Amino acid sequence: MMMSFGTPAYDISHLLGGGVLLLSFVLLYQRRLGAVINAFAVQGALLACAAAWQGFVQGAPGLYVTAVIAFGAKAVAIPLALRLLIGRLGLHKAVEPAFGIGASLLAAIGLVGLSVMVVLPITAGGVTPLARVDLTIALSVVLLGMLAMIARRNAISQVIGLLTLENGLILGAVGVTGMPLVVELSTAALVLMVAVVAAVVVFQIRDRLDTLDTSILDRQRGDA
Amino acid sequence: MLTALLLALAGLLVLCPVALLPRTPLGARLGVAVAMTVHGGALLAALAFAGVGLAVLVLGGLPPVALPLAGPMGPLTLAVDGLSAWFLLLLGLAGACSALFALAYEGTAPPRQVAAYPLFLAGMALTLVAADGLTLLLGFEAMSLASWVLVAGQHDQAENRRAARLYLIFAVLAAACLVPAIGVLAGPAGDLSFAAIRETPPQGWRAAMVLALVVAGVAAKAGLVPLHMWLPLAHPVAPSHVSALMSGVMTKMALYVAARLLLDLGGPAQPLWFGVPLVVLGAASAVFGALRANMEEEGKTLLACSTIENVGLVAIGLGLASCFRAGDLSALAALAAGAALLHALNHAVFKTLLFLGMGEVAHGAATRQLDRLGGLIHGMPWTAACVLVGVGAAASLPPLSGFAGEWLLLQALLAAWRLGDMAFQVLIVAVAGLAALAAALAAAAMVRMFGMIFLGRPRTPRSAGAVDGPILARAALLLPAALTVLLGLLPGPMLALGAEAQRVLVQETMEGRARAHVVFVGDGAAAYWPVGVALLLAACGIAVWAAVKRRAPVFGREAPDEPARGPAWDGGFAAPPPHLVCGDPLTQPSAAGLAQPLRRILGQGVLAAHEAVDMPSPGETRAARLEAGFRDPSEAWLLAPLARVRDAAVARAEKLRHLTIRRALMLPFATLVALLLLVAWLEGGM
Amino acid sequence: MTAALTQLLHIALVLCAAPVVVGGVRWLKARMMGRVGAHPLQPWRDLLKLLRKRPVLADNASWISRGAPYVAAAATAAALALVPSFARGMGFAPLSDLVLIAGLLALGRVALALAGLDVGTAFGGLGAAREMSFAALAEPALLLAALCFAILAGTTSLEGIAVTFQDGSVGLRVSLMLALIALCAVGVAENARIPVDNPATHLELTMVHEAMVLEASGRHLALWEAASALKLTLWLALIAAVFLPFGTAPAGFAPLGWLIGAVLWVAKMAVLCLALAAFESAIAKMRVFRVPEFLGAALLLGVLGAILLFVSTRLA
Repeated sequence: MMMSFGTPAYDISHLLGGGVLLLSFVLLYQRRLGAVINAFAVQGALLACAAAWQGFVQGAPGLYVTAVIAFGAKAVAIPLALRLLIGRLGLHKAVEPAFGIGASLLAAIGLVGLSVMVVLPITAGGVTPLARVDLTIALSVVLLGMLAMIARRNAISQVIGLLTLENGLILGAVGVTGMPLVVELSTAALVLMVAVVAAVVVFQIRDRLDTLDTSILDRQRGDA
Repeated sequence: MLTALLLALAGLLVLCPVALLPRTPLGARLGVAVAMTVHGGALLAALAFAGVGLAVLVLGGLPPVALPLAGPMGPLTLAVDGLSAWFLLLLGLAGACSALFALAYEGTAPPRQVAAYPLFLAGMALTLVAADGLTLLLGFEAMSLASWVLVAGQHDQAENRRAARLYLIFAVLAAACLVPAIGVLAGPAGDLSFAAIRETPPQGWRAAMVLALVVAGVAAKAGLVPLHMWLPLAHPVAPSHVSALMSGVMTKMALYVAARLLLDLGGPAQPLWFGVPLVVLGAASAVFGALRANMEEEGKTLLACSTIENVGLVAIGLGLASCFRAGDLSALAALAAGAALLHALNHAVFKTLLFLGMGEVAHGAATRQLDRLGGLIHGMPWTAACVLVGVGAAASLPPLSGFAGEWLLLQALLAAWRLGDMAFQVLIVAVAGLAALAAALAAAAMVRMFGMIFLGRPRTPRSAGAVDGPILARAALLLPAALTVLLGLLPGPMLALGAEAQRVLVQETMEGRARAHVVFVGDGAAAYWPVGVALLLAACGIAVWAAVKRRAPVFGREAPDEPARGPAWDGGFAAPPPHLVCGDPLTQPSAAGLAQPLRRILGQGVLAAHEAVDMPSPGETRAARLEAGFRDPSEAWLLAPLARVRDAAVARAEKLRHLTIRRALMLPFATLVALLLLVAWLEGGM
Repeated sequence: MTAALTQLLHIALVLCAAPVVVGGVRWLKARMMGRVGAHPLQPWRDLLKLLRKRPVLADNASWISRGAPYVAAAATAAALALVPSFARGMGFAPLSDLVLIAGLLALGRVALALAGLDVGTAFGGLGAAREMSFAALAEPALLLAALCFAILAGTTSLEGIAVTFQDGSVGLRVSLMLALIALCAVGVAENARIPVDNPATHLELTMVHEAMVLEASGRHLALWEAASALKLTLWLALIAAVFLPFGTAPAGFAPLGWLIGAVLWVAKMAVLCLALAAFESAIAKMRVFRVPEFLGAALLLGVLGAILLFVSTRLA
């Protein structure tokens, strides 16, 4: 199938990638944990769609598996788990931004511009336009995930930042033809593990310190 | 035609000493007569300038003429081409309105101010018609010096002295940048005439140096960020008719110098980055000025900040024109140049109108503090109506003149993504957003100003008794108001008229695309039909009125559809006690209160704005107070470090006083040797 | 001739539709919240009733209070006359420029703010200051959305944009999705809808638009209500014209095409009303000083859309 502008193949994958990126912005914009988790779930679902569409376009059935895994884990399981966690812990429903929402959105735009300026020259020649746009968006999502981790004090939203970062990686991986599925699966599993670990840590912190504000951890370093 | 111009210039120069005639023996009557003569002469001269400008634009340029006065590097030469003529027209129109206003009010002004006024006009005119670098500088400095005298006129107050001092410092800075800039432009040949400079346009590092020096000099004189500190201080201090000229015209002279030196003399072969500094500084100035205008609480200061905004918009246009020309998009270059020129003219007219209106307010209500005015629309209907026109134009509302310039500028910005690489495109997106932000902020500032001054209830008894000025002052307001409406309806003919000015800047014109009733952006792109818009608005207005009229019932015979009158509902707030003649001032929005949303949204970040509410505890009878203010960051980031550098330099210089005579002699000797070495190196390098 | 006829039909259509749009959204919201709700034609009845009432002006009201409602209604009506509905090639089509429409809306807004300030009441000033401040962020967002359209269609003329988008050569674009979101956010703020303002309350903390018309009554109030109804219709029609351009009759005399176009336009507007009602029912009013974040996000989405568009034009 042709992979150029104006074809449905290109347009739809572009749209899905853009949707994933947009949800990264939504994540940064939200102030309530519930909304953050919802946005993350929608992002996971969109990612699954993107993977499935790529599977269809590239004729790679392996990507359908990726899509199913992404959907199951990111759109259903992890959000449910996080919701349970919040409910169990009786957490504050508010995200605690380390710096203002407006500032983090501005920084996000800057990061997108940066990834555009990095990816486009590097991938000039050899790669299909679709893959180039895809890589641009993927890198933006990764950077925004990092930003989300930095810009939030709350441990749960930092975990979500990490997970969106991983979404970006998968988005980049599915966009490039011939990416072996193994890598994808291991990445997904790895990050799932990280999520679990993070959750456990959250419990620990909560039991020990009665808060999830990681800035308090600095005082516990004991390197005085 | 040139004779008329020279006569006007000479007349203005003659008027200066006339104004300084000793008057004491003959009493005050003569003083008034002298002042009237001077301002009348200024009016005639301004009309002559406008006439010459118009004639040159229609009939074609005047070739250079050498004056019989010889400068040190050749004769002083004058010429009027399209660009000069356009700005002469601008100067003439604004100058005429200002002189009319001066005739109405400035009869008793002190002689030094009366004398400086014609010199100010003459300096600006000389800047415009100069055909060589020296004449340009001569005119420019005469303008700076005369306006400094006018700013320093009321020097009995400490803040006025501070404003005048700061103004002088920045004027000197501008000169210190422009003199070497012209030197570098002239190059090793040393021929300062524009014709010679055009033959050998600067390239490479010379071009970069010219760019840096001119941008710095122009920014200091036009009030571009970050060299804008003096402008909101100095413009309000001068008498209103001078403030009008300073804000409306003098800033444009600086922009003219930028256009002349960078776009015309810089030559058409400059690369893309040549226009970028003007675009960036322009965008920053536009937003910064408009935002600050929303925070200011003094009428003329507010208008001065709005000037920073508009100067920024014109600078964006000029910079874009340069960029388009570098990218070989000549049609768009003409569009951007036309937008810049048109907005410069429009702004000169409506800013003159607003400043003169503010002068009327100051005469009527004896204050320009927004928190001491209010409700003037009842006592000063003429002023209010004229200022409303200016407010509409400054808020860029269709179909007034401000919107026409803004529309063209935005269209140029919306087309600028065709240029350059990714980084430039991203810059253009940011600039487009900032330009729109500035326009909307300006609208907010203008609504706030008009609302505080003319609407609501009087905040002081003095403002309750304000009345319209004499007939001459009214004419001085009606003239620019009419021009504002006219220029808004006729951007097409004005762009066609300014074709020669555009050709000087970008070697291409809007001809063919700027017609009597419509302005086209380009092939298949958008078009603006100002007359059509005005007719559509009028038709809708009449239709609405007729529809309402048909449904409205008739109440009584004498006042068929007159609304009933009653006390303001005000959310059920209790009526003020009878001893408060002007109502309870505390239930009216204050200047700081109206600025609150923008202060919180943008002011805290950009202007370090702060606010604190002093809330009395329950039972206390004093009123709650909102304390709000802001600090201009350029004060902390630019002026404070400079002051520290000055102090350090002074401390260093103080040490020289304790040198022995041998060491003291060594200093000039070392300087001499160093200069000789420099000469040797330069000569060797040639 | 045909152009004039199309234009007249368009004006008649949108003028009749405007109060129904407001009434329809109110009715849909009421149904979604489990209430019966007033009849969708209620705003029409209110307008006709208000027009018959004699206005009461405050003692110190100036001619601004008397003139501003007419200016605002005329400016909004003029802007609405420029937004295509059921057919192309309307008489005013050459005028239909997005920047001009933004300017006409600004004219209406300034008239409203001045009217709010005219009597010198606390509420009026509060509303005016907020309205102008929010507009300061909404206008650049609108312009950046226009920039996205201008890059794709080469013009800011609404007619040109709609024609380009209708022939489908543009395809599905992320940038357009972002521009749509930005446009919707601006529209919500401009029309004082939830979550920016609550059109149904007169509560100090929520008021922006209503605060400025508190002193208006009789035919003046009718004009303000009409202007706000026209503005809501304008925004929905604008979104329909740009993003749902299908089915619009081409220029020229085509009664059948017009009929189909009109039916489709009504359907599109109904869908948009339903979406607006659902959105408003699902979301809570935000704090006043969260609004800048909301509009700032819209602004940044516009920037993002333009940047992504540059990426794709660079690759094409």
